[in-house]
Amino acid sequence: MPLQVPDNYQEGTSTIHGLDPRVKVAAVVMFVLSVNLIPEGDWFMFLLFWIGVWGLIRVAGVGVFEVLKRSVVALPFVLAAIVIPFTLPGRPLFALPLVGWEVTEPGLIRFLTILLRFGMAVQMAVLLTRVTRFPDIIWALRGLRLPPSLVTVIGLMYRYFFVIGDEALRMRRARSARSASLPGGRRPSALWQTKVVGLMVGSLFLRALGRSERIHAAMLSRGYDGSPRLLSSFRMGFVDWLVLGFFGMLVLTLLVWRLG
Amino acid sequence: MSCLLTITDLSYAYPDGHSALKEISLHIGPGEKVGLVGSNGAGKSTLLLHLNGILQGSGEIEVDGNLVVPENLGSIRSAVGLVFQDPDDQLFSPTVFEDVAFGPLYMGLPEEEVRRRVAAALESVGMEGRSRRVPHRMSLGEKKLVSIATVLAMKPRMLALDEPTAALDARSRRRLTRVLQQLEETIVVATHDLSLVSEVLERTVVLDDGRIVADGPTRSILSDSQFLRDHGLV
Repeated sequence: MPLQVPDNYQEGTSTIHGLDPRVKVAAVVMFVLSVNLIPEGDWFMFLLFWIGVWGLIRVAGVGVFEVLKRSVVALPFVLAAIVIPFTLPGRPLFALPLVGWEVTEPGLIRFLTILLRFGMAVQMAVLLTRVTRFPDIIWALRGLRLPPSLVTVIGLMYRYFFVIGDEALRMRRARSARSASLPGGRRPSALWQTKVVGLMVGSLFLRALGRSERIHAAMLSRGYDGSPRLLSSFRMGFVDWLVLGFFGMLVLTLLVWRLG
Repeated sequence: MSCLLTITDLSYAYPDGHSALKEISLHIGPGEKVGLVGSNGAGKSTLLLHLNGILQGSGEIEVDGNLVVPENLGSIRSAVGLVFQDPDDQLFSPTVFEDVAFGPLYMGLPEEEVRRRVAAALESVGMEGRSRRVPHRMSLGEKKLVSIATVLAMKPRMLALDEPTAALDARSRRRLTRVLQQLEETIVVATHDLSLVSEVLERTVVLDDGRIVADGPTRSILSDSQFLRDHGLV
């Protein structure tokens, strides 16, 4: 049985599903920029943006809960900011029981701001992958003129994640199938088991290397010369320009406001 | 008889010194369907990799009047469609459509023509309507058929297939055999599936330890059971 990793994409017919993937990717990037331009502690603005995000999720016909659930993956990155409430100097608000660390007002405001910015950015990214097929996102990155070798690497990663994952799965099964033990026999030591896992990772790497050579040969056989070639799978329509214009104006307005 | 493929005195040794091909000479005419049979390690796949210049040994190879030399590789690779044994090597794009379009795109064809060719190639292997599929969600049999479509879309003069029926179940194998029977292109198939050879390919070339040990009509070669045993084919 092959590796089962469900795609994040959810089939649908909403306006957002139908947008040009380049517009969707660019809009998400501009949204992230805008969220980061909101002044620290401007809760009203954050609320407006949050309503906007959930509105989009609604329009796309995707469950809010589903998006939140998938956003959890990014939570560990928030830990990087966990020290801010204690370290930023300012008026102390309260002290943590037991340890006695003081939380300062500017520290808490900055931490909550980071949390909100981060949360909304991740939700928009999850929404993007929920309403856009991954191959279309790769196509969009190419269309947005990202460095071709980078996009090729992302594309190959998507394609071979499953192939190499399957290989790892088969190797693990083969190992389990031969990990027999006789009644009363001693279990092998942890050190020995670690060594086996290390060797498996090594041989997986060698297999991947061999495969990469065969893939390159297959690409060369069909004329690959390293330069990107792209078919225009999507065409920009009126709605696409409208969405692009909206997010462009959003960034510009916030930028002017913050600089002015 | 005019030749589509002429190989003269081809020898090749792998970088580790193992000699894989020894003084191979072979002529294949347009429209011929040739089986390249031999046991594991006989040199079948190595020979196929020479046909479009992925590997280059000593000796001379001519495809459709062009020598296989670095300057000609572009036109050689559009003339020889090579299908690798493992479809996970052959299909490297995110979707079926992009994979089948890959060859035609790199040939520099206009977009409309590329789309036409993708549709026609998928139809000729019975995979029409699958262009949005992603390879990791397809069965081995489907992937093998799409692999053939990826080179058919380039309209090559010659198809070179490496073990097309390996590991296929009976139904997928039957389907693939039918596709191969219907193709009008010149075909070279490296295989040790002798029933495929007898069903599809009228000429057989037997390789053993890097040398050609027999070359003739499939029927007469496959009827010599002592010879087949001697070369590890049955």
